[in-house]
Amino acid sequence: MQITSPDFKQNARHALDDVQLQKALGNVRAGFIDKRQKAVDALPEFEALRDNARDIKNHALENLDLYLEAYEQKVTASGGQVHWAETAADARSIVLDICRTRGARTVTKGKSMITEEIELNDFLDAAGIVPVETDLGEYIIQLRGEHPSHIIAPAVHVNQDQVEADFRRVHTHLAPDRDLTAPETLLDEARQVLRAKYFEADIGITGANFLVAETGSSIIVTNEGNGDLTQILPRIHIVIASIEKIVPTLDDAAQILRVLARSATGQDMSVYTTLSTGPRRPDDPDGPDEYHVILLDNGRSAMLGTEFQDMLRCIRCGACMNHCPVYHSIGGHAYGWVYPGPMGAVLTPALIGVDKGGHLPNASTFCGRCESVCPMKIPLPKMMRHWREKEFERGLNPATQRYGLKAWAFFARRPWLYRLATSIAIPVLGTAGKAKGRFSWLPFAGGWTKHRELPAPETRTFRQQWSQREALKQGGAA
Amino acid sequence: MTPRDAILGKIRGGLSGADDAARRAAVEARLSTVPKGVIPARGQLDDVSRVDLFCAMVEKVTCSVARVRSHDHVPQAVSDYLRARNLPHAIRVGEDRRLKTLPWDDIKTLEVRRGASDGRDEAGLSHAMAGVAETGTLVLSSGPDNPTTINFLPEHHLVVVDARDIAGDLETVMAKVRNAFGKGKMPRTLNLITGPSRSGDIEQKIILGAHGPRAVHVIVVG
Ligand code: SF4
Repeated sequence: MQITSPDFKQNARHALDDVQLQKALGNVRAGFIDKRQKAVDALPEFEALRDNARDIKNHALENLDLYLEAYEQKVTASGGQVHWAETAADARSIVLDICRTRGARTVTKGKSMITEEIELNDFLDAAGIVPVETDLGEYIIQLRGEHPSHIIAPAVHVNQDQVEADFRRVHTHLAPDRDLTAPETLLDEARQVLRAKYFEADIGITGANFLVAETGSSIIVTNEGNGDLTQILPRIHIVIASIEKIVPTLDDAAQILRVLARSATGQDMSVYTTLSTGPRRPDDPDGPDEYHVILLDNGRSAMLGTEFQDMLRCIRCGACMNHCPVYHSIGGHAYGWVYPGPMGAVLTPALIGVDKGGHLPNASTFCGRCESVCPMKIPLPKMMRHWREKEFERGLNPATQRYGLKAWAFFARRPWLYRLATSIAIPVLGTAGKAKGRFSWLPFAGGWTKHRELPAPETRTFRQQWSQREALKQGGAA
Repeated sequence: MTPRDAILGKIRGGLSGADDAARRAAVEARLSTVPKGVIPARGQLDDVSRVDLFCAMVEKVTCSVARVRSHDHVPQAVSDYLRARNLPHAIRVGEDRRLKTLPWDDIKTLEVRRGASDGRDEAGLSHAMAGVAETGTLVLSSGPDNPTTINFLPEHHLVVVDARDIAGDLETVMAKVRNAFGKGKMPRTLNLITGPSRSGDIEQKIILGAHGPRAVHVIVVG
């Protein structure tokens, strides 16, 4: 996948002009927020569970080496095999090696952001092995030659008429005049086509939401059941998971599951939470003969002990992007790599470097909604600020921004001049924007006002209002 | 250096300054004592209300529910379900004793197919090892008794759960799993199932029957 994060500004501009995308993004704004709120309101213990979920992950990260060792031992004891991969390339070659030595030709895949991160599909394709995505959203974007635009709703940028066109283009074995106007018929068609693929596949690859040190289990959380058919029908099940997915015990997983589904889709529990431990047992009539886990680092260990360690608590629920005004406006692809939204803005520079991903932390209005809904209480805005500082230190900001900040610094060091300048500018803006309370156009701010409106300021500056309040308070106390 | 040692080394480097002996003790303590965490009050009810809550939650996630007095009534409940939906009068079942010893022969014309599903069954029947009242979740463990393929391949999944096995919360079920399989051990697959398969991937509309069963029918015994 070509990284386009450095072109973030241009990507965002295209996204804002994309009519299909803007229509599709309406579904994010409409759907996710209410559902989450209802589910949260129905569970009085939600806040306490968030705190505990955060503490569990903090504890797991502070002891990550020990829990990984304990986990590995349990996987081995249950007949599974653990492989360690320092980089994306290492993980890919482990997969290829398993495929080659078993003569595998088709691989079905459950939804997994990690396999996006390591660009597994293109790699397998090039090696002559056919990867088949089985999650409906992933299947749709695989047909379109695209990448996920959302970590839990990969095809959220696609509209129904586009899916219909893609199915007609690819499923040429079906009657051309069939009726595909209802979403139900589209789902049925995908179900039929993919049913056959599960049985054909030699290997099934899934990600993992959790790895449990107590038992050596991997856990996937889905609604469709595709991840389950992917792992029980083929001969070999490969789990690819990053090292920070570890939780200590089954009970710890149960705690975090309560905040995961609610934050992601507003369900109390997702339909399928599946714990997989080793290969099929001697008397099992179904299940895979081999069970492999690939533990991927790919830059995560370097985040430990830094100001970005907290990001490793992320459980990939998607709530931060569902509540992000920037994501609502531009969708996921503009972020230019695998992980979009606020979590992507923090994680991407850590994984691909601040030189490539350093623009993303600027894609924030610092409204703080992401942190307020993050089930793991990750201080996303603070970490975006850390990246901005690093980017600035390295002189990677665009020139306009550096000048802007320099100009601000000039005023900041001369408060009398700042007061003078703002006391002239603010009443002018306030009066000019009074009628609507907003500007839909402003000189020199066309980039801002083209796609959103700038609220008109109060006619007095903050400093003027503050002094007045203070004076009043003192008057009241006297 | 192996990749394993390299990764573990980098992790230790990042965590440098931490007291290793204390960390080891903390990890061992957590794995052996398993602290319980926050248990929502919702499922903490007396026996009767807990089963009622389970039934209500299961319906909320769009399963259908039937309640019968004893296991002996299960074949009739299965037959009723199949007839009401005009399904072929056949059911796929594993080797679970609680299901095997039932008076299936009393139901004329009902074909009982034994063993794992190969994808050609319209309906399958499993026995859950537990239920969770808090969320309406069914807990099924793999093996010859209840092959995992029955949970996913048939269009209709019928699941028997004993009222005595319905717990208030998932943590209670995890304790039961430890008891049944031994501490630190698990069946190959433990499925927590909360409703029929669904997808929201087309314009975020929820549609039932994605890759797994379109319908889940829960038969509560007792
Ligand atoms: S950062 Fe928080 S809200 Fe965003 S995906 Fe991760 S856990 Fe969810």
